[in-house]
Amino acid sequence: MTPPTASELAGLLRSGATTPQDLAARARADLERISDLNAVLRYTDSLAERQAERAARTLAEVPERAGPLCGIPFAYKDVLCVEGVETTAGSRILQGHRPPYTGTALRRLLDAGAVPVAVTNCDEFAMGSSNENSAFGPVGNPWDPGRVPGGSSGGSAAVVAAGAVPYSLGTDTGGSIRQPASLCGVTGFKPTYGRVSRYGLIAFASSLDQIGPFARSVADVAGVFSAIAGWDAMDSTSSPTPVEPVEDQLGRGIEGMRLGVPHEYVAEGLEPGVRAAIETAFSELERLGATLEEVSLPTTEAGLSTYYIIAPAECSANLARMDGVRFGLHIDRPSLTDTYLETRGNGFGPEVKRRIMLGTYALSSGYYDAYYRKAQKVRTLIADEFDRAFATVDALVCPTSPLVAFARGAKSDPLSMYLCDVLTLPVNLAGLPGISVPCGFSEGLPVGLQVIGPRFQDGVVLRVAHAYERATSWHAEQPPVPPVASGAGS
Amino acid sequence: MTLSRDQVAHVAMLARLGLTEEEMELYREQLDAILAHVDRLQQVDTSQVVETAQIGGLLNAWRDDERRPCLSVEAALANAPKRRGNHFEVGAIQE
Amino acid sequence: MSAGAVSGLTELMQRYEAVIGLEVHGQLLTESKMFCGCSADYIGSPPNSNTCPVCLGMPGVLPVMNRKAIEYTVRTALALNCEIPEHSKFDRKNYFYPDLPKGYQISQYDMPMSEHGWLSFPVDGEEVRCGITRVHLEEDTGTLQHAGDILQQARSSVVDLNRAGVPLMEIVGEPDLRTPEQAREYLVRLRQILVYIGVNDGNLEQGSFRCDANISLRHRGSAELGVKVEIKNMNSFRAVQRALEYEIVRQGRLLDQGQAIAQETRGWVEAKGATISQRSKEYAHDYRYFPEPDLPPLQLTADFVERVRAGLPELPQQLVDRLQRDHGLSTYDAAVISAEIEDARAFEALVGAGVAAKSAANWLMGDVARLARETRLPLQRSGLGITGLAALIGLAERGRINGPTAKALLEELYVQGGDPVAVVEARGLGQVSDEAELSGIVDRVIADNPAAVSDFQGGKEQALQRLVGGVMKATRGRADARLVNQLLRERLSR
Repeated sequence: MTPPTASELAGLLRSGATTPQDLAARARADLERISDLNAVLRYTDSLAERQAERAARTLAEVPERAGPLCGIPFAYKDVLCVEGVETTAGSRILQGHRPPYTGTALRRLLDAGAVPVAVTNCDEFAMGSSNENSAFGPVGNPWDPGRVPGGSSGGSAAVVAAGAVPYSLGTDTGGSIRQPASLCGVTGFKPTYGRVSRYGLIAFASSLDQIGPFARSVADVAGVFSAIAGWDAMDSTSSPTPVEPVEDQLGRGIEGMRLGVPHEYVAEGLEPGVRAAIETAFSELERLGATLEEVSLPTTEAGLSTYYIIAPAECSANLARMDGVRFGLHIDRPSLTDTYLETRGNGFGPEVKRRIMLGTYALSSGYYDAYYRKAQKVRTLIADEFDRAFATVDALVCPTSPLVAFARGAKSDPLSMYLCDVLTLPVNLAGLPGISVPCGFSEGLPVGLQVIGPRFQDGVVLRVAHAYERATSWHAEQPPVPPVASGAGS
Repeated sequence: MTLSRDQVAHVAMLARLGLTEEEMELYREQLDAILAHVDRLQQVDTSQVVETAQIGGLLNAWRDDERRPCLSVEAALANAPKRRGNHFEVGAIQE
Repeated sequence: MSAGAVSGLTELMQRYEAVIGLEVHGQLLTESKMFCGCSADYIGSPPNSNTCPVCLGMPGVLPVMNRKAIEYTVRTALALNCEIPEHSKFDRKNYFYPDLPKGYQISQYDMPMSEHGWLSFPVDGEEVRCGITRVHLEEDTGTLQHAGDILQQARSSVVDLNRAGVPLMEIVGEPDLRTPEQAREYLVRLRQILVYIGVNDGNLEQGSFRCDANISLRHRGSAELGVKVEIKNMNSFRAVQRALEYEIVRQGRLLDQGQAIAQETRGWVEAKGATISQRSKEYAHDYRYFPEPDLPPLQLTADFVERVRAGLPELPQQLVDRLQRDHGLSTYDAAVISAEIEDARAFEALVGAGVAAKSAANWLMGDVARLARETRLPLQRSGLGITGLAALIGLAERGRINGPTAKALLEELYVQGGDPVAVVEARGLGQVSDEAELSGIVDRVIADNPAAVSDFQGGKEQALQRLVGGVMKATRGRADARLVNQLLRERLSR
């Protein structure tokens, strides 16, 4: 049986067939049942209880004011701050940290009566493509717990894929929503940069980070997007452009739409099974009335290099506040410098240290022009190329990930891991909206179709994804439940 | 481009990351490999290109000069690993 | 500074020329901090009570700039004859220190809000013009307190972040100054301008107005620059001048001995009257500036700049000109009255209340200035206030009370307050200027003081004052001194 979507649960709540408390309890139990996946870092029981009660009151007393997410349970990534709830960004350095404030996206969901039940595991400070970089252990993929769920929002993808919650929040800096969505067989949406406030999101790379939802339907993803999107006085980079009602875009079909297939994204490096699934998906889009045409984004090849200068450079500054003075880990040494060195040297994991080192180097005296400034210029070229493509096509379609979920430990060399994001990170460099929807299987593991749209045309992306979803049933495929975890029998 | 151990040590000090000798060597090798890959940036002609520091195209995102409530002292200090009175405490500042 | 050092200074300055540049940091008088809504006025707040997640640098927070701070910086830049480029931006300046919560300071690096200005002022009758490299905006840091006396020996330090994030303007001057006097005068003028245009309170002691100096020496006639030394920790105009004098002597003597000057930062130690080397950090600074991705860049249009210019208050020099032109004050009086904006405002208020300009200036520059200093109360906040002083001066000018009475009343009422007209009325302090009444008293005093009379008639002019004193005593100080003088002279010359 397919687990219900958020829209379906909202119907059940309205009909009185269930209650927010009941849904929260069931989500809690389902999450416990998949605990071997290590997708959940902690439960937010008291907050869930408060929110569920509040939602129940709203539904009973002023049902006309209950929005579509009122009373629906969800989980969120461990980089989103909620007042008083431990938030660690998957890092030892923030263990025990309880933010004194709630970030905007979470605030909006809480105000809409949504019920957070759990904080999900992720790569430390959202740096990774496999969720193996969490200080609190790796996450298993519900389709095969010996394989990775993707990253960095691996826990958020896994809990939705396993059917424990209808939706979750993740963040995407270079593919951290879309790639795990692809690897776990769920839908994951990264909105246009500036569309969702970053206030309360523990920054990895400020000019690339965006918050977005995972769900098992495009309609749910659109609903969550609508709830969290829009200008925020607390984020200077959030756009004052009004948010289009994206729900209106759903169901319009794609008849007559022009979809571009970036030549460089399908040319080489795809696993054969991924290529096969994607080509079938392209045929399906054509069958639905869209015209597919090849476009060229020649600077794509430099995208990875650009990203791996800009993101580490920004992270090297963003993570400087983890100094053991106001919060977090503090390892006391007789001198201040040694205290900093010990605290940060022990508090951060290997991948975070590697990126801080890389970013510090790229910004340091004598190397800034060759690396950072150069990367900023190439970034301009990449964004311009997308803009040029969108002058002739409505959206781009391509694979989300060149490969399906790989075995834990299979990619020990950093560069080969970085290559996992090669099809998603240009979208962040250009600030575009992008979505991954399930589009088939390769060797029994999910494959994702990525749809990329012009800036602030989040609705176009959702429309194409929705049309594809309606015509196919890949999104309804379920992993074995409960998943057979690596520690089976426990 | 080959990084020296001293360069790695210098960068680690700038970033205040205490690294073991093994880590120094590991990062030296790995950063070398990553930078070798990144060097393909140099092949892109950017002579006529301006830099992009952020993508939104926004300007003058400012607010009015208005006061907002502060945190309580207790809330401000609640996460402090070391505290003396109502201050954050740090070790000796000898450099 | 010891006498030896000063004499050394004069001699050294004949052979060496000092090249001095000043860097001033001024906190802006906004309501809220630069990037959050906490109060920009933190003085006196209990530790860490003026903070929020943003200025604490908590994970996940973002800065939002204060438009007023931008306007104040542009206002300052315009007052200092700077150009305002249409495009500017904020950058991150990266370094670790416990008073810097985020591990970087949001500042401006290669695209500041203004550049290419100048400030000109007279020193010893000569006009000095100092270039202003740039005026830019950044955020202040928190404050550290150390458990021991000296930073280097403190076992532990504590951090207060009340000040973190207060808007801080940096005014970088060109190395156009050649003497410690010029440096001091530059600062006096700069501070005066900032206070006049209402962007800074000019308080060196509390550190809302701070100055660092760069100084190098070169042989007179040489165009080559010497090795630059940076001096910090000077918190008065006098300290700046003394520290620079000290450095000239120190560096000059080293050069005389053929020694090299170390490029370093030195701190002024007031108690020792000396600068001491602040041991250079083991690792050189590399601030790794890069554009602040959390803040969209600024585009200050011509329209914006003109609106700020239109709102620019009167500058000190404009006021000096106006005081001379409209009120007939001398150059000297106009300069003294305009030195502090509170005095200038008091002057204008007195004139507005009907007091003659010259008389208002004399009172303000004389006894009022002394009382303000002694009582640490500017006239505006004194008990007497502007209206009280205007009334008092009015009584004196109309001859209702004499000079000494007016002076005594000023002393008495300055702090405690009171209506001078009512006090004069109640105590019968009105001046005696009735000739008939005074004549009798004058005759009696002449008769009672034959010695003084013969001294005066013998050519001792001062002896007359003894007789005037006698009349004053007899009238309890109320006699019209001018009339008494006249009557005495008439009688004694007969």
